[in-house]
Amino acid sequence: MLSSIWAIFLKDLKSELRTRYALNALLMFVVVTISMILFATAGEVISGELLSGLLWVVIFFSAMSGLSRTFVSEEDRGTVIFLQLATRPSAVYFGKLLFNLVLIFGINFFVVIAYFLTMEGFKIKSFDVFLAGLILGSLGLASASTIIAAIIAKANTKGTLYPVLSFPVLLPLLITAINMTQLSIEGAKLVETFGHLRILFSYFAVVVIASYLLFDYIWKE
Amino acid sequence: MEFKLICKDIRKSFGRLLVFESINFELTNNSSLAVAGKNGSGKSTLLKIIAGLLSPSSGEVIYQINGKKIDKLDWFKFVGFVAPYLQLYDEFTGYENLEILAKIRGVKDYKRKIEDILKRVNLYARRNDLVRGYSSGMKQRLKYACALLHDPILLILDEPTSNLDPEGVEMVWAIAEEQKKRGILIIATNEPEELKICEEVINLDELKLKAKGQIVK
Ligand SMILES: Nc1ncnc2c1ncn2[C@@H]1O[C@H](COP(=O)(O)OP(=O)(O)O)[C@@H](O)[C@H]1O
Ligand SMILES: [Mg+2]
Repeated sequence: MLSSIWAIFLKDLKSELRTRYALNALLMFVVVTISMILFATAGEVISGELLSGLLWVVIFFSAMSGLSRTFVSEEDRGTVIFLQLATRPSAVYFGKLLFNLVLIFGINFFVVIAYFLTMEGFKIKSFDVFLAGLILGSLGLASASTIIAAIIAKANTKGTLYPVLSFPVLLPLLITAINMTQLSIEGAKLVETFGHLRILFSYFAVVVIASYLLFDYIWKE
Repeated sequence: MEFKLICKDIRKSFGRLLVFESINFELTNNSSLAVAGKNGSGKSTLLKIIAGLLSPSSGEVIYQINGKKIDKLDWFKFVGFVAPYLQLYDEFTGYENLEILAKIRGVKDYKRKIEDILKRVNLYARRNDLVRGYSSGMKQRLKYACALLHDPILLILDEPTSNLDPEGVEMVWAIAEEQKKRGILIIATNEPEELKICEEVINLDELKLKAKGQIVK
């Protein structure tokens, strides 16, 4: 089972490195949105609060444009049966989740670096709070995106449905994550944010467990 | 080990379209079944249901080993499946496709097995080319390699000889003969020749299971 998950993860990684379907689109997206924010706010002093909101806007939309690919590409190319015939549904789910986790951590690393370099008003006082919010937020984002991608891959209107379906599901996560980033700018201590951390972590845990239970039904018609 | 495939009163409909109903049969080791019928009669649908890729609207498919029912989640271990709508990863080479499959399946000692099977389907010389560059006949051969990699007890072939040259068709006959000796073979086809190699025939147009002997009479 574990080796099966790992094999699916490696397949996706190798495929992504070879074709760069998601990667190129994602990097372009990050570069474009950050430049747009820069142009739109040129010469103005933006508050840290606004900047933390904008950071998650960039992260949310790049996640939306990249994370659905794992399932949609299998469905589009008709390789779903290949996987269905090769292993249990849960192995596919966890393999894809792992891939999306790696993808989103990769993107967020890039986004945050680019953000620090370009946004002068973005000064983090408590780095541990920022990092904890970012990591747990990414976990939640990846887990929710993965299962939503699995659902919409079966639908006909894939492209438009994704953000529409994701937004309400991700809203509690985004609000908490934005809040964490704001707190890190204000210089809150990590212990003060435990409430938030608990929400973010439970979100991740609940989504993964629910997805695991649901996935058998989504995966096979 | 006695493997048994049982289909109990299978019915399938898509919305209001009823594809077929009351399909009943039982197959054990060393047997074979051909599914015949016009285009759109539901051959592929039935095969997918048997392989567990699709759920029947009602009725039940059962896999049994020595009288013990097998969990549907484990069916994939017993099935080999070749079909026109099964696609391979075209950004990978033929060898890589098999390697990926072997790793996902957890096939032991797969390097030697893959080489053997690539020689068997006559793709060994082209094993390091991307599948994107394969002809449709070569892809069909690779699908056979994928289906046979784990020595399935139940081999399901949908339009087995599509896109194949005469030599490829010979290969399919050999595989089919071997499968009949080892396990169960199920074919969906309209070719009279392919119907002949199976002991039993379900004609979805007539919806009757007949022993082949009776048809000849
Ligand atoms: N996913 C589906 N949704 C709706 N109808 C379907 C679907 N799959 C197959 N059908 C219908 O079921 C019938 C049987 O299809 P199929 O099993 O592919 O036929 P065959 O393989 O015998 O040519 C056809 O009328 C087809 O239109
Ligand atoms: Mg068909």
